[in-house]
Amino acid sequence: MVGIVTYGVYIPKFRIKVEEIARVWGGNAEDVTGGLGVFSKSVPDLDEDTATIAVEAARNALRRREIDPRDIEAVYVGSESHPYAVKPTACTVGEAIGATPTMTAADFEFACKAGTAGIQTCMGMVASGMIRYGLAIGSDVAQGAPSDALEYTAAAGGAAYLIGNDDPIAILHRTCSFTTDTPDFWRREGQDYPRHGGRFTGEPGYFKHVEGAVRLMFEQTGKNPKDYTYAVFHQPNAKFPQRVAKILGFSADQIKPGLVVPRLGNTYSGSSLIGLAATLDVARPGDRIFMASFGSGAGSDAFDIEVTDAIEAGAFHRDAAPGVEKLLENPVYIGYAQYARHKGKIVMQ
Amino acid sequence: MSSVARFWRKIPQRYNLIGSRCTNCGRYFFPPRSFCPDCRRTGKIEEHKFLGTGEVVTFTVVRSASEQFQQMTPYVLAIVKLDEGPRLTAQVVCNPEEARIGMKVRPVFRRISADGESGVIHYGTKYVPVN
Amino acid sequence: MRDVAVIGIGCTTFGEKWETSFRDLFLEAGALALEDAQLSGERIDALYVGNMSAGRFVEQEHVGALIADYAGLASRHIPSTRVESACCSGSLAFRQAVIAVASGLEEIVVAAGVEKMTDVETSTSVDALAAAADREWEGFVGATFPGLYAMIATDYMHRYPLTREQLAKVAVKNHYNGARNPIAQFQQEITVDTVLRSSLVSDPLRLFDCSPITDGAAAVILAPLERAREFCDTPVRVLASTQASDTIALHDRRDISTLDASVVAGKRAFQMSGLALRDIDLVEVHDCFTIAEICAIEDLGFCRKGEAGKLTEEGVTALNGDLPVNTSGGLKACGHPVGATGIKQVCEVVLQLRGEAGRRQVEGAEVGMTHNVGGTGATVAVHILGV
Repeated sequence: MVGIVTYGVYIPKFRIKVEEIARVWGGNAEDVTGGLGVFSKSVPDLDEDTATIAVEAARNALRRREIDPRDIEAVYVGSESHPYAVKPTACTVGEAIGATPTMTAADFEFACKAGTAGIQTCMGMVASGMIRYGLAIGSDVAQGAPSDALEYTAAAGGAAYLIGNDDPIAILHRTCSFTTDTPDFWRREGQDYPRHGGRFTGEPGYFKHVEGAVRLMFEQTGKNPKDYTYAVFHQPNAKFPQRVAKILGFSADQIKPGLVVPRLGNTYSGSSLIGLAATLDVARPGDRIFMASFGSGAGSDAFDIEVTDAIEAGAFHRDAAPGVEKLLENPVYIGYAQYARHKGKIVMQ
Repeated sequence: MSSVARFWRKIPQRYNLIGSRCTNCGRYFFPPRSFCPDCRRTGKIEEHKFLGTGEVVTFTVVRSASEQFQQMTPYVLAIVKLDEGPRLTAQVVCNPEEARIGMKVRPVFRRISADGESGVIHYGTKYVPVN
Repeated sequence: MRDVAVIGIGCTTFGEKWETSFRDLFLEAGALALEDAQLSGERIDALYVGNMSAGRFVEQEHVGALIADYAGLASRHIPSTRVESACCSGSLAFRQAVIAVASGLEEIVVAAGVEKMTDVETSTSVDALAAAADREWEGFVGATFPGLYAMIATDYMHRYPLTREQLAKVAVKNHYNGARNPIAQFQQEITVDTVLRSSLVSDPLRLFDCSPITDGAAAVILAPLERAREFCDTPVRVLASTQASDTIALHDRRDISTLDASVVAGKRAFQMSGLALRDIDLVEVHDCFTIAEICAIEDLGFCRKGEAGKLTEEGVTALNGDLPVNTSGGLKACGHPVGATGIKQVCEVVLQLRGEAGRRQVEGAEVGMTHNVGGTGATVAVHILGV
């Protein structure tokens, strides 16, 4: 069965509090945190970017399971902040984990769901016998323009999933997608920051597509929320995933382990994948996990996942790499000035 | 540092600490050497991937840097002794007050420098303290 | 091998010489040296010029020919050779000139050193100087030159009882001497406080622990000893000329706080000259940073490892001490036009041995030593001169 063979996460250690951002722009911190349910967000170090985060996540995945990197025959990195417009992040990752040169690779972009698109691609390639293992990564150092609503949440982090069919820790039973042309959020070539349609990002964007993908999955499988131990939804803020869970009939307990956005912020392409990792960190054999990502533009990928015995036995060592909770612990809080420096918002001569 | 070939040819060393070892005397080399200073021509050199972990031998906090590194200041620069024996120079990502001689460190993948705004980005290995 | 003597010396003032170009610097020093030897340029048989990085500092290579040309010697077609070993370039040019005369191949030879460093921005000169270390494995990761010497200082202070104040006293002493040297870049005395209050460049080294960026040139004229009195009344003999090398990168050294190349070049110089430590009346050492002077005094054998700080504090290395070190002001106060430094050290020792050092004269000086380092110790040259 095709599934997740191992996974790894990386989150930079720096955080900025939403109230610090609000202080600078004269916003009301309580309104912002109350409205978004986000209290702090991760900030990359001066020398961290999508590529370094992707490499650290991939290396954490390989720490948990001994895999000959030469058997990784595909590397896909999903991001909306690739360090180069032209020159793949995936090649840097492949080189840094020793998977080059006998591999295929590409960078994916589908706003916040490019990472799950990578998983789908790897699933198909493994199932068809084209490759033994495929590595799908969602990694971002998310951009939000100064004073824009996005600035309160745009965070940094990534997760890597190795997809294969021998002894997976979680079986990927099925995936389906719901995609339309919807301009809810975009960034034009050459622009530093994305723009968005404000409240338009809600109903016609996030909710229509996530609900669409989830309902499609239920139609195809005949399952319903009660069949799942946990659920993970894309989390641009805490409000959206909680609301969509409620609409679809998932409980607060089901989404709780994977709801990392209040402390982490929105890691864009890393968002639902870090949520899934946080869920896998606590999952037991037999647990069933539902995941639906969302990418503006717009689309949602839904996954029906079943955790296997392998997560607690044999070749997989969950403790060999830091879990999401560990990565969220003991952050270094920084002020807006240092945050601006880290994010390259200060123009250097 | 504007030559791309010059960075490219060292990618295995910079990303993955691929050094070398003399199979005759067992001495490890990082940065790699293709000629053993002890065994001379009787030495046989083979590739060796270093574990990467080591400890700080000496360090400084660079507060005034060349143009390529100015935006990183202040940063901790150290000589790190790898577990296999050889020493190398690297940045240690930590609070300057944290740096200590004898501090155990492990490698991380970071951006080292870039050739301006439009040139290539030089990735490589830095170190972080082991908790 | 013939004995060799210095028959003329010339040195420009050192400093930020905005109005003077690379070639003008050399010409000024060369003219002073010829005048000192009362020699016509037509008598020169060969020229060696020490220069570290004209390519980076003034975008000019091929400086051997350039200098011979602007010295008016193009039509005479004499051999003119540029010598490079980073900050040790001057001493190696001197050594090549000594070898040329000693071998009998040449008669009258000029050894010069020149560096024009202020035509580029500071960050560019910092980068150019970092090329004296291992560019691929030190410079690439952000190692600066002060950073590398700072790592020597951290290691040293961890292992030996050197205090921050003792380190500062190296700079205080050298500024005292510089204030008595008309060519020195810095003409004012400083206090320990000046050093300790200056900004950190690379911990624990502060701005006043560092030698400055300097324009300057120096030249000396060599002749066989047996002919030296044809040109001057007080020829100074070259008693030893040695050179040693070590790993290019600091991290590969046997001992981070010991420059083995200094130890070896020093020992060989004493062997070559047949002299002992007590015979040395003064020494010009390579104090590109205060910690470098501490290491040099020890590595050359003047005291045991870990004792040079105390020696400095007690005034042993002061102008009126038992072993005056860096009477010129050293690299610290006299300035450090990298390629010229080795030649300037020779000029200073010659002045002292001739008794012409004015307010900084070491009374009765008969034997002096120079010690010049390239990089963080990958090349070291030592010379002993005597009257």
